[in-house]
Amino acid sequence: MTLPLIVYRSLRQHALSTLVTATSIALACGLLMTVWMVKDQSQRAFADSTTGFDAVLGARGSKLQLVLNSIFHLEASPGNLAPADYEAIRRHPAVKTAIPIAVGDNYQGWRIVGTIPQLFTVEYSKGKSYAIAEGGRQFDPTQREAVIGSLASQRLGLKLGDTFRPYHGINFDPNAQHEEVYTVTGVLSPTNTPADRVIWIPLQGVQTMGGHDPKMAGDVSAVLIQFRAPTAGIMLDVMYNKQGNRLTLAYPIGAVVADLFNKIGWMDKVLALVAYLVAVVAAGSVLASIYASMHARRRDIAILRALGARRRTVFGAIVAEAAAIGGLGAIAGYAVYAGLFLLVAGVIRAQTGVVLELGSMHPVLWAAPLGMAVLGALGGLVPALKAYRTPVAENLIPAS
Amino acid sequence: MLTITGLKKSFTSPEGGSTLIVDVPEFTLAAGEQRALRGESGSGKTTFLHLIAGILAADEGKIDLAGTNLSGLAEPARDRVRADKIGYIFQTFNLLQGYTVLENVVLGMSFGPRGSDRAKAKSLLERVGLGHRLDHYPRQLSTGQQQRVAVARALANGPALVLADEPTGNLDRRHGREALALIRDVCRENGAALLLVSHDEEVLAQFELKSDFTELNRAAPRPVAVQP
Repeated sequence: MTLPLIVYRSLRQHALSTLVTATSIALACGLLMTVWMVKDQSQRAFADSTTGFDAVLGARGSKLQLVLNSIFHLEASPGNLAPADYEAIRRHPAVKTAIPIAVGDNYQGWRIVGTIPQLFTVEYSKGKSYAIAEGGRQFDPTQREAVIGSLASQRLGLKLGDTFRPYHGINFDPNAQHEEVYTVTGVLSPTNTPADRVIWIPLQGVQTMGGHDPKMAGDVSAVLIQFRAPTAGIMLDVMYNKQGNRLTLAYPIGAVVADLFNKIGWMDKVLALVAYLVAVVAAGSVLASIYASMHARRRDIAILRALGARRRTVFGAIVAEAAAIGGLGAIAGYAVYAGLFLLVAGVIRAQTGVVLELGSMHPVLWAAPLGMAVLGALGGLVPALKAYRTPVAENLIPAS
Repeated sequence: MLTITGLKKSFTSPEGGSTLIVDVPEFTLAAGEQRALRGESGSGKTTFLHLIAGILAADEGKIDLAGTNLSGLAEPARDRVRADKIGYIFQTFNLLQGYTVLENVVLGMSFGPRGSDRAKAKSLLERVGLGHRLDHYPRQLSTGQQQRVAVARALANGPALVLADEPTGNLDRRHGREALALIRDVCRENGAALLLVSHDEEVLAQFELKSDFTELNRAAPRPVAVQP
């Protein structure tokens, strides 16, 4: 009862500094958890976002650019494939599915991708297939019709039956609007994949859009591939990447994405370093706030000692108080984490369509708060030492 | 119960020299006895009480409290003896301002061997007339009431000895008389010996047993004789 009472009363007596210090701990803890969880989840989410395909075939160039362009609908296309190349891969005996896509247009910055209806028959994740929300239907490949990803529909306000005119290019230029008018025939149910950010129209729509080069009307930007067996990937990798020099096969997609994270691994380290530094600064703030109040506490410490409290009791009380501030901050850190995570996850979803889950578990979610409480307690060691050394007689005034 | 022999305590002055503050060759107090010590400010009374309470360590001499030689104990052991056997009432009460009346008393008990006993603390506070102020903070009490909390706290651990350092120094005459009567009554009821130091003649007059600390303490400054 003694120690908790002393700690509780001290926290109340120094409520403002407790609040400020616990808030700094909460920010540090929340930041630490957010950095870790966003890094971990985005790494896994991106690596898992293969949208059901094993590989991507595209023009000669970077595998990463090819994957970002055709799977995540980011970046520019590295170039086009001739119709014969698409036909060759489509007819290859080792290939189970080959879905062509064509990019190059947008609607108010949201990417338009031309494809064939078969894309929507592929399971984008194990056991999960694309579905069109009630009342809608798949686009007719011979008509100027569109199926819109859920996020794009929500953000653009495009609903079933609405019409729109695409803009040329992958970046929005209000002066580059095409003449063609497309009608929305369906909205995809949310998939939590990059497909949610895309406006899907027939392949021919992009190929023959006014202003596009008619000589390239049969070209595609990339081909999304499912193999009949994993060994086919290795075989085609040799064929296209090592023996050939015109095309690039990005296989396996997950490994290509993982390579991206390896390349930006230094950024993780910088973020983690910043989070660690913030944690150390927060622990320092515990030290500073308690140490600064030690002068005012001398009398209380002397009284406690005069009542029979041992030196180790007052030492323990200060360390426990510091740990309590760390603990309170760590608990509040969950709220900071939730807020920051949702903010970052929202940005990532808007930019990539990849969804990060707040409810996911990871050891950092208990290790970081525990670490902050321990750091807080360590921050209390110096003022606790000062309390330990507080002379009793000198601080029990007045003397007669 | 309390036997002191050859007690000496010096302090190092800022100039580096050593100044003898307490030099008491002999002093005794029997169990349950109530004794007052007369002494002016600066006579070393508080240092003397701090030595008996074990807050300060003696340079020389022996303090025997109920069979325990305090002078031979290390600080943690002196702390234990203080929590167990001594109640201390201060002139400025020294209540913990961030704690309620009840918590001040309970906290005082918690350092003793028997630990906190809220029921006993409440009963003591009721005895000193503060049963209706248990959840108040010291700043919400009058000075007389604060002194009564200090009395209850000093008695909470059932000490063998209560030390009172100018306990009425901050009270007006009426409250001073009431506080003194209360301290003496409560000590008597609890079988505790009382050693009180004061320079107030009205307080001293109420004690059958009293000594002049200036005579007791050979290191105390002597009054300068005024020439006619």
